[in-house]
Amino acid sequence: MASAHSRMKCGEFRTTYQQDTTIFPTPLARRVAIGSVLFLLIAPSFLNPYFLNLGIQIGYYGIAALGLNIVLGFTGQISLGHAAFFGFGAFASAWLNNTTGIPVFFCIPLAGAMTMALGLIVGIPAGRIKGLYLAIATFASQFILEDFFARADWFTGGSYGAMANPFALFGFAFDNDQRYFYVVLFYVVVMFLLGANLLRSRDGRAFIAVRDHYLSAEIMGINLTKYRILSFGISSFYAGIGGALFGHYLGFVSAEGFTLLLSIQFLGMVIIGGLGSVMGSLFGTAFMVLLPELMEAGVGLIGHNAPGLTQALAYIKEMAIGLAIILFLIFEPDGLAHRWKMIKAYWKLYPFSY
Amino acid sequence: MAETPSLLQVSDISLSFGGVHALTDVSFSVNPGEIFSIIGPNGAGKTSMLNCISGRYQPNKGSIVFKQQELIGLRPNDRCTLGIGRTFQNLALFAHMTVLDNIMVGRHHLLKNNFLSGSLYWLGGARKEELTHRAEVENIIDFLEIAHIRKSIAGTLSYGLRKRVELARAVALRPDMILLDEPMAGMNLEEKEDMARYIIDLNEEWGMTVVMIEHDMGVVMDISHRVMVLDFGKKIASGLPDEVMAHPQVRKAYLGEDDEPSEPATESQLSGEVA
Ligand SMILES: Nc1ncnc2c1ncn2[C@@H]1O[C@H](COP(=O)(O)OP(=O)(O)OP(=O)(O)O)[C@@H](O)[C@H]1O
Ligand SMILES: [Mg+2]
Repeated sequence: MASAHSRMKCGEFRTTYQQDTTIFPTPLARRVAIGSVLFLLIAPSFLNPYFLNLGIQIGYYGIAALGLNIVLGFTGQISLGHAAFFGFGAFASAWLNNTTGIPVFFCIPLAGAMTMALGLIVGIPAGRIKGLYLAIATFASQFILEDFFARADWFTGGSYGAMANPFALFGFAFDNDQRYFYVVLFYVVVMFLLGANLLRSRDGRAFIAVRDHYLSAEIMGINLTKYRILSFGISSFYAGIGGALFGHYLGFVSAEGFTLLLSIQFLGMVIIGGLGSVMGSLFGTAFMVLLPELMEAGVGLIGHNAPGLTQALAYIKEMAIGLAIILFLIFEPDGLAHRWKMIKAYWKLYPFSY
Repeated sequence: MAETPSLLQVSDISLSFGGVHALTDVSFSVNPGEIFSIIGPNGAGKTSMLNCISGRYQPNKGSIVFKQQELIGLRPNDRCTLGIGRTFQNLALFAHMTVLDNIMVGRHHLLKNNFLSGSLYWLGGARKEELTHRAEVENIIDFLEIAHIRKSIAGTLSYGLRKRVELARAVALRPDMILLDEPMAGMNLEEKEDMARYIIDLNEEWGMTVVMIEHDMGVVMDISHRVMVLDFGKKIASGLPDEVMAHPQVRKAYLGEDDEPSEPATESQLSGEVA
C-alpha cells in the first residue's frame, strides 16, 4: 500500500480523513524523513567527532528553536528572552540531578516542565500586551533571568557554574559524542513529532488563529489570554528540554552562555528556517550552526595569504550571521522551508514550469 | 407574546464612541427559530449592535439576555460557548490557514483535546476526536459546496468564496443563534440566491435562529420573519417585513428621497473593494 501511494503526485487521492491528516504532506516527505532518521542512526559509526558535535548542536538548539517558532511563528508573539529559558532548562536539570539524585534520564523532561512553569509566569504579560511592549517585557525577562543565574548560588552555582552529570541509562553512560548523538537524535525525533502533532490538533490551531486574526479567534470561542500565555509556556518547555540536553552534553553549565546574543541567534534560526514551519526550525538551526563553521573553513583555506583575516575570524563569523538574517528578511522572508517547498513544487510539475 | 420566552432579549442598549452615538436605547427581542433582519442606512449602528451581542463592544448601558443569561460582562469566547456564532462584514478569516483548518477552528469549543493530548495525538484519543469532528466539518463543506477549495489557503480565495468559508466556520460552531453581517454584500445575483438558500436551510433544517444585517431589500423581504430598522443609532420600526416597509418613517429614512440612495452606494463601494 505504501508503495502504491509513493508514486502518486499529481492529483493524489486520499480515501479517508486519516490519510488526509498525516503529519507529512506527501508520502514522499514521510519517506525522506524516515530515511533521514535511519541514516542518522548509522551516522555515528562513520562520522568523525567534529561532525557529530555539529549534529548534536543542531539537535539541542533545533529543539529550542522549534519552541521559539511555536510562540513567534505560530502564535505571532515576539520573545527576546528565549536564551534565558534555554539556560534555565540547563541549570534546572543539573540542579535536580545534583540535589535529589533523580537520574538524568528523568531530570531532562522534569527540567522541561520546570521551564514551562517559569514560561507560564513570565508569559503572563503576553496575555495583556502585544508588539513592541511585549518585546520589551521579554527583553526584560532575559536580563532578570541572567541576573538570577549569576546570583542564585544554590541553583546555578553562581559564578562558578554547575556540574552536570552525563546522561545514563541502566548504568550505561552516554558520555562521548558517539553515544550522546543518539540521545539528542531521540529527543529531536520525539520533540518534533510532539510539535507537529500539537499544530494539527485543537490547541495548535488556536495558536495560529490567534496569530492570524485574534479578534475573530475570540469570537470563535478561543480564550485569548489563555492561549497567549500557554504559547509562552509550551515554547519554554522546548527551550528547557534543549537547554537540559546542552547541559548534560557539556557536563558543565555556566551563566555566561545564555545571553541576549543567543536569544537573537534563536530568532535568526526561526527567521531563516521559516516562521510558522516546524521543519524549518531545524533547517534554520542547521544553517546558523554551520554558517560560522563554513566561514572558518573558508578563512582557513585562504588564511595563509591574508593573516589579517584569521585574526578577524571572530568578527567575520558574527557579521555573517547578522548579514544572513538581514538577507533572509529581505529576499526570503518565508525562510528555507518555503524555498524548499518551491523547489519541490517545481520538480513536481517539471518540465512544465507553470 | 410575553408567554414564549425569547431567545435573545436586548434592552435599552446605548453605545457611543466619543461624541458619536452609535446606538441609543435600542431594544428588541428575537424568538427561537426566527430569521430576524436588521436594516438601515450606512452608519446606522447595525454592525455595532452585532458587536454588542457577540461581545466585541461593551455598551455604555442596557442589557442583553441570551437563553435567560445576561451577556454583558461575558467575554466573547464565553458567549460563543453559550451558542452564539457570527460572520463579519469585513472578512475575518484566518488568512494563512487552509479552508479546512479555518472551519476546524469553529469546532474549538466542542473539542476536548488539549496541548498535552493533542501533542500525543495517537496515544490520548486526540486523533479519534479530531477525525470525528473532521467528518462533521465535511458535512458542512458539502452543504456549502466548497469541497473543491478545502485545501486552499483562505487568504488566496475570491471574495465570494471567502464569505462562504466564513459562513462555514460560523456554522461549525453549531450555534443556536447565528449573526450574519451582510452575508451577500458584493455578490452577484446567482451567488446571492445560493446564499439565501443556505440561510433558509440553516434556519429550517439545522434549526439555527438567524440574525442578519442585509442591504439587499429583495432578500430581506423574501426570507426574514421579522425586520428591525435602525437609523442614526435609533430603532425606528420593527415588525413583519411588509409592515415595516409601509412605515412612513422607514420610507423616509431608509428608502429615502429618491428611491434607494444608500443601497447602490454600498454595492459599488463593495464591488470596488473586491476588484
Ligand atoms: N470602533 C469604532 N470607533 C469609532 N466609531 C465607531 C466604531 N465602530 C462604529 N463606529 C461608528 O458608529 C456608527 C455606527 O457604525 P456601524 O458600523 O455600526 O454602522 P452600520 O450600520 O453597520 O453601517 P454599514 O451599513 O456601513 O455597515 C458610525 O458612525 C461609525 O462611524
Ligand atoms: Mg456594518
